[in-house]
Amino acid sequence: MPDTTIDPTSPHLIDRVVIRFAGDSGDGMQLAGDRFTTSSALFGNDLATFPDFPAEIRAPAGTLAGVSAFQVHISDHTISTPGDAPNVLVAMNPAALRANVSSLPQGATIIVNSDAFDERNLHKAGYDVDPLGDGSLSAFSVYEVPMTSITTESSKELGVKPRDAERSKNFFALGLISWLYTRPVEPTLEWITEKYAGKELVKEANLRAFKAGYHFGDTAELFESSYEVKPAVLEPGEYANVTGNTATAWGLVAASITSGLPLFLGTYPITPASDILHELSKHKHFGIRTFQAEDEISGIGAALGAAYGGALGVTTTSGPGLDLKAEMMGLAISLELPLIIIDVQRGGPSTGLPTKTEQADLLHAMYGRHGEAPMPIIAARTPSHCFDATVEAVRIAVKYRTPVILLSDGYLANGTEPWKLPELADQPAIDPDFATGPNHVLDDGTEVFWPFLRDPETLARPWAPPGLAGLEHRIGGLEKADGSGSVAYDGANHEHMSRLRAAKIAGIAADIPPTDVDDEEGARVLVIGWGSTYGAIAAGVQRVRARGHKVAQAHLVHLNPFPADLGDVLKRYDKVLVPEVNLGQLSRLLRAEYLVDAQSLTQVSGIPFRAASMESALLELIEESADSGSATEEGSD
Amino acid sequence: MTDVSETVPVALTTRKDWSSDQEVRWCPGCGDYSILSAVQTLMPDLGVRRESTVFLSGIGCAARFPYYMDTYGMHSIHGRAPAIATGLATTRPDLDVWVVTGDGDALSIGGNHLIHALRRNVNITILLFNNQIYGLTKGQYSPTSEVAKVTKSTPFGSLEHPFNPLSLALGAEAGFVARTHDMDRKHMMETFRRAHAHKGASFVEIYQNCNVFNDGAFEQITGKDNRADMLIPLMHGEPIRFGSEGQFGVIMDPDGSVKVVEVATVGEAALLVHDEHLENPGLAFQLSRLSRGPYEPTPIGVFRDVDHDEYGQQMAEQIDAATERRGPGDFAALLRSGSSWTVS
Repeated sequence: MPDTTIDPTSPHLIDRVVIRFAGDSGDGMQLAGDRFTTSSALFGNDLATFPDFPAEIRAPAGTLAGVSAFQVHISDHTISTPGDAPNVLVAMNPAALRANVSSLPQGATIIVNSDAFDERNLHKAGYDVDPLGDGSLSAFSVYEVPMTSITTESSKELGVKPRDAERSKNFFALGLISWLYTRPVEPTLEWITEKYAGKELVKEANLRAFKAGYHFGDTAELFESSYEVKPAVLEPGEYANVTGNTATAWGLVAASITSGLPLFLGTYPITPASDILHELSKHKHFGIRTFQAEDEISGIGAALGAAYGGALGVTTTSGPGLDLKAEMMGLAISLELPLIIIDVQRGGPSTGLPTKTEQADLLHAMYGRHGEAPMPIIAARTPSHCFDATVEAVRIAVKYRTPVILLSDGYLANGTEPWKLPELADQPAIDPDFATGPNHVLDDGTEVFWPFLRDPETLARPWAPPGLAGLEHRIGGLEKADGSGSVAYDGANHEHMSRLRAAKIAGIAADIPPTDVDDEEGARVLVIGWGSTYGAIAAGVQRVRARGHKVAQAHLVHLNPFPADLGDVLKRYDKVLVPEVNLGQLSRLLRAEYLVDAQSLTQVSGIPFRAASMESALLELIEESADSGSATEEGSD
Repeated sequence: MTDVSETVPVALTTRKDWSSDQEVRWCPGCGDYSILSAVQTLMPDLGVRRESTVFLSGIGCAARFPYYMDTYGMHSIHGRAPAIATGLATTRPDLDVWVVTGDGDALSIGGNHLIHALRRNVNITILLFNNQIYGLTKGQYSPTSEVAKVTKSTPFGSLEHPFNPLSLALGAEAGFVARTHDMDRKHMMETFRRAHAHKGASFVEIYQNCNVFNDGAFEQITGKDNRADMLIPLMHGEPIRFGSEGQFGVIMDPDGSVKVVEVATVGEAALLVHDEHLENPGLAFQLSRLSRGPYEPTPIGVFRDVDHDEYGQQMAEQIDAATERRGPGDFAALLRSGSSWTVS
């Protein structure tokens, strides 16, 4: 229906839009998306982003394999996902169009760099006929913009070589989209000026390309109108747009400060976890030591050595690295020393999909060690929540003298959202509570230090780093006698110690919040998730509720142990749906632990769930629940 | 952690103070006993504190060592002690960190960690008990076993060429490399003392007899009656000379390789003069390859002792420099290090 209220001179107000920038790996699409995101954040929109790029640094130019994309969802109200499908696709070449066109809804806008649609590129993308001319895109509004030639033209008088000038075309695209969505231009102009200071030609070419794109939108009369997405109503305060990896790094810094423990990161570079190392290595003035080890095993080994010495020992990794660290985790469990293992999950098995997201390491985190080797597991649910989840992992590790696995994933690691900056003073206290002297008196009256004499409440053992006279002691991976810590092979002691180690971890349930349920009176269906599915589940729940149905949502941060009331919560509902980006791992744990008929909704396609699939799965269950409910009533008549 | 070293003087100790209450459980007659004894006897002489001393180990017979020292200690997992030691030594420069390992632990499963700890020059002292056999798993060939060795896992003889531990350490550019053996407590103590005094990574290979699975492996060179003619004591600044009457010596050929000669034939002036402090590891490397195995005249003592920047100290210096440049870390400023904005 035509909107007759549009004033062609003023932007058309919309409440939200999803834009996908797509091009070759070398086209700078991540940069364009990131800058668009930043100016939208500064403008005050709520937003969520989804960078989606290949594992190859530079796959062959122009091919489908080389397509790199950045999706951003901006809105004037609170949102939780980067959007199911783009409203706007910016395609810098035929491959970018072909790789993304199937995900576009009817009526979507496509803006293509028409200069790139030559025979060679069309062929590389697998097009026999130019899709711009064959009517195959008739369901969409297609805008053909000669981005390369206008960009090159804009910097011609600077004396930039055409091949170099062309490289600014991502800024042209950014300028055009900035006009189309009425973004403030100053942040981007300032950013370019600062970023390319000292490289005058590059700076000037990028500024000109950006302005050329912006003015093209304004003057070309190609677009009927520009659009505006008003700022969202966010809680007052200071905000920054963070990725999950940055929030994780900052969480470690915060926990290091509040605990007074110097931070030591022992790690080996691996996608998508490396940015945590990159971030921390920049901040040595916090007393942070970052150690790029010779391998994954050394990374966690050095972190454990640092923890033994009284530091906050941390290792970061992804799936293949987690496999390699298993033995050292077992040692940390046996030694009962605090240690943080951060697993930024990616598609597996083996090398799998290094740059794509997955949640398939849960059972590995839970059970992936020989022997009875329980370990707490914490999972972050949004990029900014990585901060809180990290602090919580450290709190538990230090208090209970145990290694803790923190699960993040590729989607959280690289995705961003606006985050209300926390105060250090609001963070939980973390007390290392180091041993200070002997803790036991032998029968002959001698005061001694027993490294495995436990706190009766937490069952945690004392943490006694080397350096204090009178506390010298030996620990190791051999089974030890409870209390004295001496090597002990007898079966009764092993039984006792195995149960003690299990009870210590299980007991943490008393020290974590009850299950956080977003309930609705009368809801008979519960959807429960963990990790990065939070946004999609929340969006799906919102849609279902908007249709007038009732549904309850819970999301687990603590996966081992579970919150103490979880069993009761699950039993309150007729149907329990467990969406996961794996083949059903939490659902198995819930079924095994609570004997509930938890139903799985799974997907392992390397991308996050869409709100729409969540919605339809929930609607189906609600319907089933209603049917079975009425059947029961009939039966009871 | 509080560093007490500034305020409290080092207490006088005896060997007994360094011995833990744990019963030593190596096989009777094992060479490990004499190494333990040499270390325990040496410690009171080093002027170090028990509470600032840490023994770390991996897995194997040698790896039980920390349990017997009344210091801080950790018996960890197979091959990984150098990695754990790297984290400890870099975060706690106030500690003396020793790594006790064996030929399987250090050179097979833990080979990667060993060479990287050496090249980074982490401030640790590594004692490698080389008995050329797997003892704890009951007698399989090790990465230092000789070719054709018949063991439980190689009934037709092993096919593998052994590692030369000293060549390997020198190849990783270790700053301190030495060899000693379990039949000479005085030599062990002197070698360990030097290794401990060296700042950075120190590597000591100890020929150690496993009397159960590889008895007599070094007898031909370390036996009391054989030593004089079969062990070549290296002494800095001295011509390399050995033999019951000093009748043998070592010279360097024009191609850079070294060989054993009779002094009478070449003349004393032709003998190679040992220099531990050469930056170029070439001489030490040639000496490490003088003997093809413990059946030929074999050099013992310090092969190389050169100072390089120590890893943990460099790490600390980077932190100090960053702190001086930017001031101590300000968390609120960190959160605002990217773009931030205010919603009112």
